[in-house]
Amino acid sequence: MYTLVYDGTFEGLLTAVFEIYERKLFHVKLIKVEWRSGAMFEEVLQIITDDKRATRVLAGLRRKLSSAGVQRLYIAHMAEMVDEESSIIGFIRYVFDTDVNVEEDYGNKYVMRLSEILKMVRREKHRMEAFIRFQKLADETYYAAIEPDFNVLPLLIRHFKNRYADQKWIIYDIKRRYGIHYDLHDTQYISLDFSDASKPADVISAYSKDEKIYQHLWKNYFASVNIVLRKNTKLHLRHIPKRYWRHLTEKI
Amino acid sequence: MNEERITEKLNILADAAKYDVSCASSGSKRKNENKGLGNASNGICHSYTEDGRCVSLLKILLTNHCIFDCAYCVSRKNNDIKRAAFTVQEVVDLTINFYRRNYIEGLFLSSGIFKDADYTMERLVRVAKKLRTEHKFNGYIHLKSIPGASDELMREAGLYADRLSVNLEMPTEAGLKLLAPDKNRQDMIDPMKFLKDEIILRTEEKKLFKKAPMFAPAGQSTQVIIGATPEDDQQILQSANYFYKNFNLKRVYYSGYVPVLADQRLPDLNTSVPMVRENRLYQADWLMRFYGFHVNEIVNNQQPLLDLDIDPKLSWAIRNMQVFPIDINKADLQMILRVPGIGLLSAQKIIGARKFAKLSWEQLKKIGVALNRARYFIICKSNEFERRDLTGNNIKQFILAESQSKYIKNTQSQLSLF
Repeated sequence: MYTLVYDGTFEGLLTAVFEIYERKLFHVKLIKVEWRSGAMFEEVLQIITDDKRATRVLAGLRRKLSSAGVQRLYIAHMAEMVDEESSIIGFIRYVFDTDVNVEEDYGNKYVMRLSEILKMVRREKHRMEAFIRFQKLADETYYAAIEPDFNVLPLLIRHFKNRYADQKWIIYDIKRRYGIHYDLHDTQYISLDFSDASKPADVISAYSKDEKIYQHLWKNYFASVNIVLRKNTKLHLRHIPKRYWRHLTEKI
Repeated sequence: MNEERITEKLNILADAAKYDVSCASSGSKRKNENKGLGNASNGICHSYTEDGRCVSLLKILLTNHCIFDCAYCVSRKNNDIKRAAFTVQEVVDLTINFYRRNYIEGLFLSSGIFKDADYTMERLVRVAKKLRTEHKFNGYIHLKSIPGASDELMREAGLYADRLSVNLEMPTEAGLKLLAPDKNRQDMIDPMKFLKDEIILRTEEKKLFKKAPMFAPAGQSTQVIIGATPEDDQQILQSANYFYKNFNLKRVYYSGYVPVLADQRLPDLNTSVPMVRENRLYQADWLMRFYGFHVNEIVNNQQPLLDLDIDPKLSWAIRNMQVFPIDINKADLQMILRVPGIGLLSAQKIIGARKFAKLSWEQLKKIGVALNRARYFIICKSNEFERRDLTGNNIKQFILAESQSKYIKNTQSQLSLF
């Protein structure tokens, strides 16, 4: 058993695939560099990300998969699901070791697992598109904090840029400490320093004057549309699991 | 803005609108091409009420003043409740500000009838027009078409709205006459017919001229109230089928009657909302629209009521045991879709996956098939399959014994209440 340590990037992953084929490795485990714990590795191989090798592997994947298939692989990796590297490597090896396009071979465990990962990522992306609540700041920027289960922020850019083309906005992943800022023209990745905003007065004055009114109206609306005679808590919780509540205006 | 007054209006007019169950915001394809605000495509549920229903649109009445006295409606003329009315500007501001905060996909605007149909419709149209033209709003707009409004207004509504709907209210004409003596079913069908023809015409036009404006791109829908009048499921589904076929409706909504009013023509105030029946009707509706079932296969003279304890697909299967078992590795898609426990997505995955290798129970389970139901109706790559010669009723008992459906404990079959 070889343990391959890589830097967590997609290029790094593809370089690892290159190494696996070049060295004819069979039993391998791929881990991200920061998770290196005191486990007893039988053999450790440090993967140094190499763009040329990554490009070659990517070209190979493009020959064997549809462009949507390659895209899905990229998304599955970017989501940063814990310990799923082996499934992704397994999938890639299955792709290279089979003559035909295996994307629809759901009887294969790697193809099935990739499809499950994708399903989870897409659901989280969709939940964010639904549950993001912007708050209007004094400078007319709309700000939203999120804590998604997986790293889906990059997947949200297109949706929010198309939808809110005429307002400035920031979506910030406070779990992964980075965000996206849209300035009416383009989006860019940002990181924020919250250490100064510790005084409550600062926080309140940062909001626009009508922000509180609309939050209040929204909460009222949410309460008014409920039909008490049809109460169904189980269904309610299945649709909005509790971990999302703290960023939902109507549930705070 | 007078915050208190607006809050009160919103509470009254959202409360009055909530019995309209439609909250769909999908099916349109309005893009944000003018660098304005919003777009409308696949629909998103932004929140869910405590009763588990989706909140996608700001669903309000423009006013709950009404000249009609329909027995089933909270806003009926003779009901002693608080009345309110929004101004056009107030609705516009609420919509825009809720939308910018990502609370909603758009607006669903309905209204009590004040003065007359045209007067009411004209105001609904004015809200939509203002949103589209002054605020460059491209989010979803659903307008109620008011029965009896002029063709000219309906045509204008279609130019601004994504979806239009007229509620049939009761599944049959007799039901309507009983509970809403002021209303006439033909008045509801006329605008539906007008819109259907107009949509066809405009779609043709759009094929010729790309620049031709969109006309109600998300089509029209309707709603019927279930359980307020004595119609059986066969009548309800036949009627839905008729409207799907003849008016190209996108959706028929079934709204379980919530007893809010005391009236000798209506079920008692302490009657429970027929939620299970409503759910079964939606399942049947899906079978008609996506699974290739004909309405007569689901309900007919021998079987006028849907089973409450099992879903309509399972119910059909145990009445048609001669069709099964089918071989999952050979049967065509249409047949696989008829197996209880296999949904649209699973069926498509099966078709894709079996090109590579024959599928076994384990793989079917992974794909997402509900084997507790499906296993009685299929064979696959395995020596294990149901060998006993079970009757449909046996199978039903086995499935019910194993399942933990929330419905089993308190329902047996539909009783005739009338």
